[in-house]
Amino acid sequence: MQRRTFMKGTLAASGVAVAVSAGLLSPRAVLAAWPKAAFEAKSVPDALNGLGVSTTAASGDIQIKAPDIAENGAVVPVTVKTSIAGVSSISIFAEKNNSPLTSNFNLKGSAQGFVATRIKMQKTSAVIAVVKADGKAFSARKEVKVTIGGCGG
Amino acid sequence: MARDMKIRAWDNGKNTSIKAIIFHPMETGLRKDKKTGKKIPGHYITEVNCEHNGKNILTCLWGPGVSKNPFLSFDFNGAKKGDKIKISWLDNQGGKGDSSATIS
Repeated sequence: MQRRTFMKGTLAASGVAVAVSAGLLSPRAVLAAWPKAAFEAKSVPDALNGLGVSTTAASGDIQIKAPDIAENGAVVPVTVKTSIAGVSSISIFAEKNNSPLTSNFNLKGSAQGFVATRIKMQKTSAVIAVVKADGKAFSARKEVKVTIGGCGG
Repeated sequence: MARDMKIRAWDNGKNTSIKAIIFHPMETGLRKDKKTGKKIPGHYITEVNCEHNGKNILTCLWGPGVSKNPFLSFDFNGAKKGDKIKISWLDNQGGKGDSSATIS
């Protein structure tokens, strides 16, 4: 038993060492790219503006998979799938959150129009997915009923 | 921070699926400490980069609205078994981490 714990410990430690050295080898000044205005916007249109999107067209080619009733607003699984060609980014919004934009996925190369993640929702509202493809923006929404809000405060 | 990420990558017949969980508090900055009544400062992942054989395939920009211990899943094609997947992240307090996996 002790030997087993020891083995686990060393494996984990070596993993960290690799992670650290890799991190040092490829330093990136990426924080600058983070769209602060979009993430701090208080409404969906403002957040969209922050991402450089002015209008969105409703699309039937975007499927949002999320629970109808989320008991715990802190963890709401959301899957966005789209058959639109040439998808460059997928953004997920929780309409009535303090800052509605939860996440923005920039797909490159061979990445498919599919992402799944888990988001926080403050109260019952719509989950909105905005898909950018070929310079156009498409959106779809789905109502999610939240029993206990998950944003604290 | 020994185990800060789990990645699974596999060939699903049509393309490659990736599932990852990053262990991170994802503090929004809105929550209050019950004992002191002070706000807990925001601490969340802002950027996640996913690479296939050193080539970027997905960049996720996240805000505090992503759940604690964030889960991420996506699909891409053009990969084969044995290829390397690397996922790295950065948070708003300057923290970072990365982990690699091999497609099975």
